[in-house]
Amino acid sequence: MAVLEILAYPDPRLTQESQPVTEFDSALRAFVADLEETMRAGPGAVGIAAPQVGRVQRIVIIDCSGKKNLVSDHGRMVLINPEITEWEGYAVGREGCLSVPDFTGNVIRAERIMLEACNEYGEPLQFKFEGYEARAVQHEIDHLDGLLFLDRLVSRRNDLFKRKPYK
Amino acid sequence: MKRWYMLTVVGKDRPGIVAHVTAALYEGGCNLGEASMMRLGDSFTIMLMVQHQGTAKSLEQILETVIDSMDLHMHIDAIEGRLHQHLLPDVRITVFGADQPGIVAKITGALSNAGLHILNLESDVGGSDARPFYIMHIEGQAGAGLDALRSALQVAAGEGVETSLTAIDTLVG
Repeated sequence: MAVLEILAYPDPRLTQESQPVTEFDSALRAFVADLEETMRAGPGAVGIAAPQVGRVQRIVIIDCSGKKNLVSDHGRMVLINPEITEWEGYAVGREGCLSVPDFTGNVIRAERIMLEACNEYGEPLQFKFEGYEARAVQHEIDHLDGLLFLDRLVSRRNDLFKRKPYK
Repeated sequence: MKRWYMLTVVGKDRPGIVAHVTAALYEGGCNLGEASMMRLGDSFTIMLMVQHQGTAKSLEQILETVIDSMDLHMHIDAIEGRLHQHLLPDVRITVFGADQPGIVAKITGALSNAGLHILNLESDVGGSDARPFYIMHIEGQAGAGLDALRSALQVAAGEGVETSLTAIDTLVG
């Protein structure tokens, strides 16, 4: 187990598209353990994606369970080769990133998503996410496509969106 | 040693103010930090953190030509602050309605008493001279919780004033 170095913007490696995982072996699980340790060492992070530590593979970890008032909360999840299959609604919310220190901004995300993915043993999973958790999943999947929340910023000044309260 | 200054520039708006002011600063060896620049009325306003090797007087000399040629006014303060000192807001408040005297003082007074530390306030007046409306976005830190701010808003907002308050729960991923 080890805390890995987190790449920080503008490191060009953060813009690479990650490749699907094909081998669900013990080496993968060892990496997932390191990635999770790295996420938990960060300041209040609810997710992390493999390319944030320089590994361009489609691996993310989500854990929003420390947050209050979540509409959906699946606890700790390892999502490998995740694919969003359905989107619904949108909301503006504030995001920051382990790879973008000392900056936060408003981003529009889908309110509800359906997701297909595998766990670290290659077993297929299906999820329905809503609200904050759906936002976290979309933020992390963006990393797999070489995108940061900086690519999706919307104005703070003129928006009149009311973010739905997460109950 | 380079140190930080807060530069304020105000003048009648016209195209090219930002380009000319920042070019003079760049040529004078300055670094730029955080900034707020916008047109208010028919004026253009700049509040800009500038890092400069030298005194406020020598920074003023760097800018003198451009300030005079574009008919602007400047003000320079040495500041203790530096970059990377952002505070994270945890609440966003929007207020809008028919413009009326005292709306800002009343609402921000009530919010301040209820523990609000304002980090960012942006406001505008729309409509017409006959029927102006006022809109204000505030982001800040709720020192005494959101419920205290919610109650304060309800009491302070008079008839015809719409208010909304939402928590900002910054997602870090």
